[in-house]
Amino acid sequence: MPLAQDKLARALPGRIELRRGTRIALNTIEFTALVGLGALAAGFLGALTGLGGGVVIVPLLTLVFGVDIHYAIGAALVSVIATSSGAAAAYVREGYSNVRVGMFMEIATTVAALVGAALVLHLHVSIISIIFGVVLLYSAYASITEHDHSSVDGGPDRIATWLKMDSTYPTENGLEGYHVRGVPQGFALMFVAGVLSGLLGIGSGAVKVLAMDKAMKLPFKVSTTTSNFMIGVTAAAGAGVYLARGYIDPGLAMPVMLGVLAGSLIGARVLERAKVKVLRMVFSGVIAVLGMEMVYNALK
Amino acid sequence: MDRAQQRMDEIMGRLLRTGVILAAVFVLAGGGVYLGRHRTPVTNYGVFQGEPQELRTVSGIFHGALALRGRGLIQLGLLILIATPIARVAFSVVAFLYQRDWTYVVVTLIVLGLLVYSLLGEHG
Repeated sequence: MPLAQDKLARALPGRIELRRGTRIALNTIEFTALVGLGALAAGFLGALTGLGGGVVIVPLLTLVFGVDIHYAIGAALVSVIATSSGAAAAYVREGYSNVRVGMFMEIATTVAALVGAALVLHLHVSIISIIFGVVLLYSAYASITEHDHSSVDGGPDRIATWLKMDSTYPTENGLEGYHVRGVPQGFALMFVAGVLSGLLGIGSGAVKVLAMDKAMKLPFKVSTTTSNFMIGVTAAAGAGVYLARGYIDPGLAMPVMLGVLAGSLIGARVLERAKVKVLRMVFSGVIAVLGMEMVYNALK
Repeated sequence: MDRAQQRMDEIMGRLLRTGVILAAVFVLAGGGVYLGRHRTPVTNYGVFQGEPQELRTVSGIFHGALALRGRGLIQLGLLILIATPIARVAFSVVAFLYQRDWTYVVVTLIVLGLLVYSLLGEHG
């Protein structure tokens, strides 16, 4: 075995590495079709399980297709914008998302996304891979542990009141009001979400929901839809930097963006709550394995 | 929710959907041209080289797309996609101005400034 510092650099591009060492040469059309199919599956499962497709794109491209992690992050970010904008278009009209909370928190996520995108220049590929692996493992863990989402309304909060964040959302009993709390804590967590988004090319939906659901005590449905509303803006901040820096390759981003977008649209159509639980477990398992693989490869 | 707010939300939803569809159309068209002409072996994605100037600056991308180059057209689609959330934030500035909510006019202008900087600023 050659003493390459990691498999990502060793695997020849455009050749799938089936098992370590076994490679198949592909032409452009075959490569595009396979990447597109992989992205379609990722978008489909991501929409069905609510985990998002963006998170598995980078491991898929680097581990299976031998793509350099910088190109992979660029392509993943673009697909994140597509799914977020598509989904937000539907949600925003239903009146769940809290536009003021979203906008205010976007100050934190966009600054942080710029910081994350700048960090990519200074961090070694193996460090980025390890952080990625840990985030994947956390996502898998967070999605299989059941949370109690019955948030208790803590009454009005000085900062949130000043920022006019308190709002209403539709429930079975009509519009119900809620109070927002913990703005500084939420802001800090949003900063973390933004750095991860800019650094890894993911939407960081899990951290955003954590900030709003746990720290700011927003109703769960409001947290998830507002998160979706914010993901596109956060990803756009990172993507602008990646584009200017030449990390976004059209030949690679094309099948990834179209595949994830189509997959997530199909996923949203066939969304059946009953069967999602098993699927969610399976997809979480896949994410966990990919996470361990990322860490393992970086440490090797 | 009052009717003005509801109308704003509807326009915002339409704006996002239009942006995504437009982006997908350009990426698809560019993909067709790219695959139709690209008979050479796959680009070497395993070694990072970075894209040429014509695929990373706004003016370069427009130039390539107008020449109907496959990669230029795809990149224009991706540029439209990145611009979609930015347009959404720009629209929010107008919406908050309309509501005379000065705090949030400032908040959205900050976010908009950061996004414009990310797209047009100099990044090593």
